[in-house]
Amino acid sequence: MTKLKTSAMIASFADPGQRTTPAPFGHALAELAGQDERIVGLTADLGKYTDLHIFGEQYPDRYFQMGMAEQLLFGAAAGMAQAGLVPFATTYSVFAARRAYDFICLDIAEPELNVNIVGGLPGLTTGYGPSHQATEDVAIFRGMPNLTIVDPCDAVDIAQAVPQLAAAEGPTYLRLLRGKVPSVLDEYDYRFELGKAKVLRGGRDVVLVSSGLMTMRALQAAEALAAHHVDAAVVHTPTLKPFDEETVLRELAGDRLALTLENHTVVGGLFETVASALVRRGQSGRVVPIGLPDRFLDAGALPTLHERYGLSKERIVGRVLAELG
Amino acid sequence: MTFGQQGRRRAAVDAAAYRIRQNALSMGEVQGQGYVGQALGAADILAALYVDQLAYRSDDPEWDGRDRFLLSTGHYAIGLYAALAEAGILPVEELETYGSDDSRLPMSGMSTYTPGMEISGGSLGHGLTIAVGYALGLRARGNPARVVNFLSDGELDEGSTWEAAMGAAHHRLGRLIAVVDINALQADGPTAGVLHTEPVADKWASCGWRVQRVDGNDVGALLAAFDAVAAGAEDGAPSAPAVILCDTRVGRGVPLLEEREKAHFMRIEEHEWAVCQEQLTEGYLRGMQDREKVAP
Repeated sequence: MTKLKTSAMIASFADPGQRTTPAPFGHALAELAGQDERIVGLTADLGKYTDLHIFGEQYPDRYFQMGMAEQLLFGAAAGMAQAGLVPFATTYSVFAARRAYDFICLDIAEPELNVNIVGGLPGLTTGYGPSHQATEDVAIFRGMPNLTIVDPCDAVDIAQAVPQLAAAEGPTYLRLLRGKVPSVLDEYDYRFELGKAKVLRGGRDVVLVSSGLMTMRALQAAEALAAHHVDAAVVHTPTLKPFDEETVLRELAGDRLALTLENHTVVGGLFETVASALVRRGQSGRVVPIGLPDRFLDAGALPTLHERYGLSKERIVGRVLAELG
Repeated sequence: MTFGQQGRRRAAVDAAAYRIRQNALSMGEVQGQGYVGQALGAADILAALYVDQLAYRSDDPEWDGRDRFLLSTGHYAIGLYAALAEAGILPVEELETYGSDDSRLPMSGMSTYTPGMEISGGSLGHGLTIAVGYALGLRARGNPARVVNFLSDGELDEGSTWEAAMGAAHHRLGRLIAVVDINALQADGPTAGVLHTEPVADKWASCGWRVQRVDGNDVGALLAAFDAVAAGAEDGAPSAPAVILCDTRVGRGVPLLEEREKAHFMRIEEHEWAVCQEQLTEGYLRGMQDREKVAP
């Protein structure tokens, strides 16, 4: 029996042999900085762990180390935006959402400043346990007015999102995937568009509505389901707020089995966003949530944990087949 | 600078501080309440800044060359509105709308409401963190404007203030000035009983700041402190940030309020407002006469 090791901090959720791209956020930001001199990067002692060091190496004068001080990080980012710069401020999602919320809320979101918050280790992307697993970051941030929330699937999404986040006038929150990030969406007829959901593949029997790395899993599950003669569609919703209700509700009309898939607790994230949109529009239908349970999660190796909590391809396929009876 | 010039500087600030206090009392009277005690205590600091220190354009509050004044203590907005009127940024007649529905002058200051208001204060411990980024950003853009953050001794309880204090020194933000109003009072009572913060000067010095501590109701001392900051900054940039710790008295200038039991939110009875105005004017005129006696 293979002994899976406790997940290292820089663990990748990429499958063995999967095509990956190194540090897509850092490279995209460095490229953008070459075209826009207003771009600056700040971090709270996590530059190397959020891929911001790639940018910092190319633009040392525009890279600001704020120390392990997340309140200062986001207050200072607000000040920089007021001075006419376009900051990207990185830390882990747990620290942005839990520790610095008041500063993001009042100093950045209320005055609608162009500050781009970049949170590493969103959802269940580390095995370090609740101190590092931001399983409720979307739930926390969704209630904040003016904040755009983006949950990218892969390196393609991230590279295309970064310039659009900078171009958006108000504040944004990016659920960062860092290190060797899978490249998936370039195999589809797809472009990231801020605020838009995209149908990546059609299917007669099932519709999977997903965001973040769960879109990658949804696509894998759809392939696997074909072997079971189940035809599954995948709708990718990388922008969680504002949410593209038009596209998603159109896909949910009809009698296909509908599921949401999110790398986040089932409380306050994609599932509830979809469910509330359905109710608000008076559109009926059952939606099956696939996501993390409403509890603090175990420490361990990521593949173990994704299997345990139902995020793995195999668990998704099993759930769909069970629902279909 | 000659003694005569210094005297004129001081007289101009004294006169402005008097008008700020008058207007703060009037604003409080309209509402029947308000943070009048804080405004009276901080009036000399605000007058020194807006009459003597800050660069701004009355007709263009967004002018990029302006010094940035960041009011961290949102509830002191009553004093800042009066100072902004003194600066010609707000019309004096607008002050009577303070705290009313649809007014541009809410009880707790917000940048999205008021011209000349750089940040939304109120959640304490934010101002200095924003000031650090503002100073970094201005420096990165080659803009020599200064950033002045007004905060209170109560805010020294907040950990974020010290994150920012270390950050400012680390980044050698010599164009950043913190002005701390030490009125020894916070929401639940005297600062010493809420959370012991002394020795305040040592704390800032240990973070790497240039520190002065003055009587914040002594205009001459305030001007000398600002002059010393400016002189120190000319020694060569980038240098350490500067803090001026200002000991002030809640209700300063109105004996009725100075002697009252200190409260974060001071109650003033309807018939007392006129008494407050009379005492303020008496004190101002008496002070002016006293200074004329000693002036050459």
